[in-house]
Amino acid sequence: MTTQPVHAIHVQGLEKSYKKLEVLRGVDFDVARGSIFALLGANGAGKTTVVNILSTLLKADAGTASVNGFDVATQGADVRESISLTGQFAAVDEILSGRENLVLVTRLRHLKDPGTIADDLLDRFSLTDAAARRVSTYSGGMRRRLDIAMSLIGNPPVIFLDEPTSGLDPQGRIEVWHAVRELAERGTTVLLTTQYLDEAEQLADRIAILHGGRIIVSGTLAELKQLLPPAKVEYVEKQPTLEDVFLAIVGHDGKDGDSGKDRSVGTTSKEQR
Amino acid sequence: MTKHFFGDTAVLTGRSLRHITRSLDTIITTTIMPIAFMLLFVYVFGGAINSGAHSYVNYLLPGILLITIASGISYTAFRLFLDMKSGIFERFQSMPIARSSVLWAHVLTSLVANLISLVVVVLVALLMGFRSGAGVPEWLAVAGILILFTLALTWIAVIPGLSAKSVDGASAFSYPLIFLPFISSAFVPTNTMPGPVRAFAEHQPVTSIVNAIRDLFTQRPVGTDIWTALAWCVGILIVAYCFAMVIYRRRIA
Repeated sequence: MTTQPVHAIHVQGLEKSYKKLEVLRGVDFDVARGSIFALLGANGAGKTTVVNILSTLLKADAGTASVNGFDVATQGADVRESISLTGQFAAVDEILSGRENLVLVTRLRHLKDPGTIADDLLDRFSLTDAAARRVSTYSGGMRRRLDIAMSLIGNPPVIFLDEPTSGLDPQGRIEVWHAVRELAERGTTVLLTTQYLDEAEQLADRIAILHGGRIIVSGTLAELKQLLPPAKVEYVEKQPTLEDVFLAIVGHDGKDGDSGKDRSVGTTSKEQR
Repeated sequence: MTKHFFGDTAVLTGRSLRHITRSLDTIITTTIMPIAFMLLFVYVFGGAINSGAHSYVNYLLPGILLITIASGISYTAFRLFLDMKSGIFERFQSMPIARSSVLWAHVLTSLVANLISLVVVVLVALLMGFRSGAGVPEWLAVAGILILFTLALTWIAVIPGLSAKSVDGASAFSYPLIFLPFISSAFVPTNTMPGPVRAFAEHQPVTSIVNAIRDLFTQRPVGTDIWTALAWCVGILIVAYCFAMVIYRRRIA
């Protein structure tokens, strides 16, 4: 490509209904290259529908969307060449081993030397010891890591992560967050959906809230915070959350020591009036 | 897109075949029922059945082979259903591959798995005294009919595999197919059946296929049965394929 489009993802006026249920009623947003964009919303808000339209698994009823400069409706093959989808449930092959899963995806992406690529990723995601084991024996966190590792094969410029941490324990979550940060550092554009507010706060450069079939607000965390009245000074007794206690006792698995700590502020606050 | 069709299909077929070699029980359970029927009919009911044939196991085998296929394809639906449910189907569909190769891999895997089951059943029949003077061309013709029948039933199996809501729904459709041979010339000659049953038996696909295979095994001229059999197989194949593709397109934009 000679001209790189400014936005990795461009969505305008997206609409989608399932029979009479209007899930999306005009969704607009843009995602800048190399950024992490969080699509926040309750269960059933339509986050997965957006992701499925962007990854060419679903057709929109109206509106336009492009990924990496390619129209999702008319240039599906080019879009699929530019993306990777990590769905809501770790889409890994349970009967194959972790390494075989990676080799499979490498072959399907028509890359040379699948063995080396698989071994590199196993190492990067600390799965080397479990490489030869069947995935059915993996923990939830390991499965997710393998799932994300499979998505990185071929270095697609855009990655969709649909609720990457749902159903994971705190350590699993930290592991996944670490992997996502690393991705963005390498210049990959990440669109992630989540229903956990702290997850968006931890990871995203920009956050959009999907509610009632529309994006009701969108911006950086700081911009979103400005929407509320200025913070008043309060005396807050900071107590460790159960999660802090749990992680302190069990020990962090994530290499990123501080991840997952700051977000506990306020959750156990006692107000003094 | 389609430039990778054969390569992608080969990779994905390799994946499903690995599933089969790692759960050989699916092949064993597929062959247990037809073998049990064969034992039951040859050694329990067989003495009382006047099939007009010299040896009852010779008479029975063609029908048993069709039952083997009918029970085998329920696993095709099951494997496809698991792929749909686990999300790996969507993962493949969102990748830069020839999309239809995901379905074709399941179809080819079904063919291989059923051929293995058929070989096992024929070996058991040989142990039970099945003998045929058929030469290589006849055996090839039998294999051709069975492959065509497997493909036809496999495309039927793709329909519940893609659309079922539960595991039971994905495999239950095969029960009527397994019992269809009972109301045919597979176990007893149709001329002993009462009028309406006989009419059904003589005009349903299994009878013509069974008769054609039986004639090939006994080296009798196959007559029109083989053309009726081929017409049924091809007809079912085309209709099932079209239905399956409609459902597939509905699932995948």
